[in-house]
Amino acid sequence: MTAPVAISLSVNGERVEAHVLPRLNLADFLREHLKLTGTHLGCEHGVCGACTVRVGGEIVRSCLMLAVQANDTVVETIEGLSDSGEIADLQAAFRDRNALQCGFCTPGMLMAAQDLLREKRMPARDEIREHLSGNYCRCTGYQAIIDAVETTAQMRMELKV
Amino acid sequence: MKASAFAYARATSVANALELLAVHGEKARVLSGGQSLIPAMNLRLVAPEVIVDIGGLAELRGIVIEGETLVIGALTRHADLLKSSDIVKCAPLLAAAVAHIAHPAIRNRGTIGGSLAQADPASELPACMLTLGASIVVRGPGGERRIAAEEFFRGIYETQLAPQDLLVAVELPVADSGSAHFFQEFARRHGDYAITGLAAQAVLEGDRFAALRLGYFAVGDRPVLAEAAGKLTGVTVTPALLAEASDALSDELDPHEDQQATPAMRRHLARILLTRCMASLLKRPDLQIGGVA
Amino acid sequence: MSSIRTNPERLSVLDRPNSYIGKTVPRPNLDRLLQGRGSYVSDLELPRMAHVVFLRSPHAHAKIVNIDVAPAKQMSGVIAVVTGEELAAVITPWVGVLSHLKGLKSAPQSAIAVGRVCWQGEAVAAIVATSRAAAEDAAEHVAVQYEELEAATDMRTALDPATPIIHASLGDNLAFERIHEAGAVDQAFAESDAVVEADFVFGRHTGVTLEPRSVVASWNAAEARLTIHQGTQAPHMVQNIAALHLGLRDSQVRVVCKDVGGSFGIKVHIYADEMATYALAKMLRRPVKFVADRVESFNTDIHARDHRCKGKIGIKRDGTITAFEIDDLTGIGPYSMYPRTSAIEANQVVNLVGGPYSNKNYRARARVVFQNKNVMCQYRAVGHPIACSVTEGLVDLAALEIGMDPVEIRRRNLIADDAYPCTSPSGLRFEQLSHHASLTKIVEMMDYQALRSEQARLRKDGIFRGIGIASFIEVTNPSAAFYGVGGARISSQDGVAVRLDAQGSVICLTSITEQGQGSESLTAQIVGSVLGVSMDRVRVVLGDTDMTPYGGGTWASRGAGIGGEAALQATKVLRQNILDVAAAILQASPAELDIVNNVVVSASDGTPRIDLNELARIVYFRPDTLPPGIQPELMATRHFVPREYPFAFTNGVQAAWVEVDTDTGFVKLLRHWVVEDCGTIINPQLVDEQIRGGVVQGLGAALFEKCIYDDRGQLTNANMADYLVPMSGEMPDIDVGHVVSPTRESELGAKGAGEAGTAGAAAAVTNAVNDALTPFETIITEIPLTPQVILTALKKI
Ligand SMILES: Cc1cc2nc3c(=O)[nH]c(=O)nc-3n(C[C@H](O)[C@H](O)[C@H](O)COP(=O)(O)OP(=O)(O)OC[C@H]3O[C@@H](n4cnc5c(N)ncnc54)[C@H](O)[C@@H]3O)c2cc1C
Ligand code: FES
Ligand code: FES
Repeated sequence: MTAPVAISLSVNGERVEAHVLPRLNLADFLREHLKLTGTHLGCEHGVCGACTVRVGGEIVRSCLMLAVQANDTVVETIEGLSDSGEIADLQAAFRDRNALQCGFCTPGMLMAAQDLLREKRMPARDEIREHLSGNYCRCTGYQAIIDAVETTAQMRMELKV
Repeated sequence: MKASAFAYARATSVANALELLAVHGEKARVLSGGQSLIPAMNLRLVAPEVIVDIGGLAELRGIVIEGETLVIGALTRHADLLKSSDIVKCAPLLAAAVAHIAHPAIRNRGTIGGSLAQADPASELPACMLTLGASIVVRGPGGERRIAAEEFFRGIYETQLAPQDLLVAVELPVADSGSAHFFQEFARRHGDYAITGLAAQAVLEGDRFAALRLGYFAVGDRPVLAEAAGKLTGVTVTPALLAEASDALSDELDPHEDQQATPAMRRHLARILLTRCMASLLKRPDLQIGGVA
Repeated sequence: MSSIRTNPERLSVLDRPNSYIGKTVPRPNLDRLLQGRGSYVSDLELPRMAHVVFLRSPHAHAKIVNIDVAPAKQMSGVIAVVTGEELAAVITPWVGVLSHLKGLKSAPQSAIAVGRVCWQGEAVAAIVATSRAAAEDAAEHVAVQYEELEAATDMRTALDPATPIIHASLGDNLAFERIHEAGAVDQAFAESDAVVEADFVFGRHTGVTLEPRSVVASWNAAEARLTIHQGTQAPHMVQNIAALHLGLRDSQVRVVCKDVGGSFGIKVHIYADEMATYALAKMLRRPVKFVADRVESFNTDIHARDHRCKGKIGIKRDGTITAFEIDDLTGIGPYSMYPRTSAIEANQVVNLVGGPYSNKNYRARARVVFQNKNVMCQYRAVGHPIACSVTEGLVDLAALEIGMDPVEIRRRNLIADDAYPCTSPSGLRFEQLSHHASLTKIVEMMDYQALRSEQARLRKDGIFRGIGIASFIEVTNPSAAFYGVGGARISSQDGVAVRLDAQGSVICLTSITEQGQGSESLTAQIVGSVLGVSMDRVRVVLGDTDMTPYGGGTWASRGAGIGGEAALQATKVLRQNILDVAAAILQASPAELDIVNNVVVSASDGTPRIDLNELARIVYFRPDTLPPGIQPELMATRHFVPREYPFAFTNGVQAAWVEVDTDTGFVKLLRHWVVEDCGTIINPQLVDEQIRGGVVQGLGAALFEKCIYDDRGQLTNANMADYLVPMSGEMPDIDVGHVVSPTRESELGAKGAGEAGTAGAAAAVTNAVNDALTPFETIITEIPLTPQVILTALKKI
């Protein structure tokens, strides 16, 4: 049973078949096997949020999920969300507001922010702060990020998207 | 920081999971949401030889109302509890509590079964189980048994579960329509484990409590159903009585020391919570002013 | 934005039409990071790359009796297991001292411990394997036999005769001491109406960059060349040091630094494990990757701020401050860090205390001691938060003592805005600061009086809010006075080369580095503005010692002020060169021409004359058509270092508005304000966000962050669940305002802004908490201000 396990999943819309060791977590699978290095590792014990990805449409910590657990699921990473254009407006808002400095937290932040915006059309600032409270950013002080998410929500309201 | 190697088995049914656990015994660990187990494995604090993944067992997932009983499957995630209208209706305390557990991404995977089996004394759900008088449904080599929540938690990360056991569900009495609840915890940051917390449920008759259950967490090696509640039941709560009950609470708690708080601080916070709880449930802000602290 | 002084020369190059200076323009190339397509060192993979894991000491102080590597070497995937002795054949040890810090001593430190370990976390062996996981597996099978030695952990007893001496050859545990006296301190205290004293305690904390320290070192045996990919703030420093200790020439070492996931001073040093990684690559003749995991980050990234400082202030009834006195003690771990040393922080505390005030009487002592804990060294705003907390804490105590409003006492003592240039009692030279303008501005921004009324009103309802003010000065743009004069091979000058390419785009190579501050953007803004081209035509290249001019990098708030000026000067030259060529082509005089929007135009009326791409085409492909004797130079290089002032001081003031729950000891940060003066602002948004980020690091220190050691020298919270960093849920919105006093040292006039936020935030919050608690007659001078600390002060527990 220690041997590699066959898994099959969809990653950013592509079918992926692989044999993985049970101990490999989803973050390392994405980064090392699929070379999707936009998913970052900041702590590997579930606290920083840098590794946030979407599995089955819901955000999860990819450092706290085994690759074998992702068998038969639909995984989406920052690269996928970027290419599909799903978060183009959010990314633009981050750019305009300088809501990133080193950018290491950014993929996870965008994942968490988009999750909130899909759940709630016009979240209050406190709700944004709360939803992102599991995503650590050492650079920005958070305010620019909150502003960018708020702006995106407003723009989506106006455009009714 | 990478987990040690282990063998992996995806359980195909509860029976299959139990078989696997019976075969591997102490060497195996059940994997549910993985939000406590995997961090510990990544840090190499634990290194199980076999992981039995129960994540695919649909039979363990879901919330159903069976007459006066609310049954929550072990694989029900924190996020499911938070979104369920049945929970809001039948166990609103749980809905209030779950919002304090970690962060959205963790709540999307963490499960009630995992949280109870993990038995972190600072966790919200174990205390709620005490408050709500839950039964923990366990299946093991000898069949199924029900363990009262008050009996289930034995210490830090310790429960009545044997290595071969699987926690399959919890059963809760559906909350009375006249009942009220109070949930508050003191945590340093959003989503952190609490320094001290209180999950309370009460039935009010006029200005008195007909029933009152106070489940404290992060005040010792396991959640505590405070006996001090007895002093406040069936009588008019006065500041003096509240002070007396608070003293009784201080006496009965045996809090631990950690980096966040000394035992004295935990006792103090437990008293503050009691006062706030009374003021809130009885709608008596006067009880809080010049409170017991 | 109010301007105290304008610098007339600036008008020529910076205020040109379409200038980007002073404008908020989005940073170029952010899309890479927004799409998860950056290149951080932790992402990098090279052919035949191996992974190194360091087995680290579980003891704070122990003799290494024996290391048995045989079982580990047998394990699957293992390439090598290397001990300190073996590695010593490849890399020499170092001693972290600088000659201008007189008396500073330290002991030789090795890349991997030899014979003895001096802190919990020091590496004792390197395990190199095909994957990180395999190396970690093998590390569990390296058997080290230790003989535990008594550990010296408490800085307060480090100098006691009973405490073991960590390095016998040094004679004692005193690494450095500085004593400073100015004016007539005793007399001043004697003539004061009141003298107030307090003991200030600062928790040890660390940088927690989200991307841990990462290195990929690759040795090409055929070229005899080492390429180091490292997230570093100072590539040339790394090059120099690596070469020195590996016995190579500078030219045999190339340092490449692309995206860096946060630095804050954590990545401006060279760590033993990084040195070991370079050496292993050379030894094993292949690429070796080291990425610290989070636990080893806590145990080995430099710590900072662990100080205990006694402070004393004299005050007259009219509010005049008569004297400051401090006695500062700090423990830096077992070694002074290399190459910047661990005495700088305490030295800065001595330099900065009392800095904003016109008082002339000052006495200070700072002692720096060794202990068996992780090393401490420079982290964002080095020494500033300590100096600021002590100074501003004392000023508030003095105000309380004489019953004066905190704003008023500052008004009466801050150095007047027209008193410059002047020199502080610690010998710092100030060119032009704006304390009063800044204070006036912040009082206005926060509506001080309204807050005071609100505070009084709420207090009646048992709600305790407080206002805290903290004025500060900040060291930026350091010249060679910082490190160079002490013998450190750390450049204080920076260089920029700008080149016009064949299609009219501009390549700019700069020696400053980018970790998210916006170095790339501000360079492009300056180049674009001075040259007259649009920013999208400017490509900035940084972080490669093979390519960029030689320079210091980005640290100590120097990127904009020093690197920016070099960019300005280089671009001026290029601009002139272009105009010369254009004049030759157009048979005009250069003075009649200008460059606007990528086109050479007539200076008088803006008529387009020749496109830059056309000019470049002629220069590169048809030089034969140019008039004889013209040799176009479409590349220019300039370097810059401040010469007149050793540092460009900036100043500012912060204010915090907090609520303390006196039942629980929890502090809620309601709002925070900052006014600061960094001279010319190149990009207001970048400056504001530097400040906000810096403030939040300071707020973390004020409320949450602390490396908790037990008395045996064990770090007990080395993970992100137990070491609390500030998260979005608890942080306030922060309003930032500016006063602008450009430095005359450069044409650009920019000073630094990277550390201002961190310098004063904790002081403002501590003052605010004490202000909130005035009815309880308790003063807290310890950070972090945890609920435990506050409840204890309130005697509730
Ligand atoms: C950053 C972070 C913050 C957190 N904050 C909080 C918080 O504030 N409050 C809180 O309560 N929790 C918190 N958690 C923990 C989270 O709630 C976990 O989800 C929960 O404790 C465990 O549930 P799980 O399903 O993830 O269990 P797992 O991690 O899969 O398992 C936990 C343990 O229970 C055992 N187990 C799991 N299911 C069963 C079963 N059905 N039968 C028998 N044994 C079983 C496992 O073998 C393991 O030993 C936090 C986690 C993280 C990473
Ligand atoms: S890396 Fe997964 S939460 Fe930090
Ligand atoms: S931008 Fe650097 S951590 Fe967020």
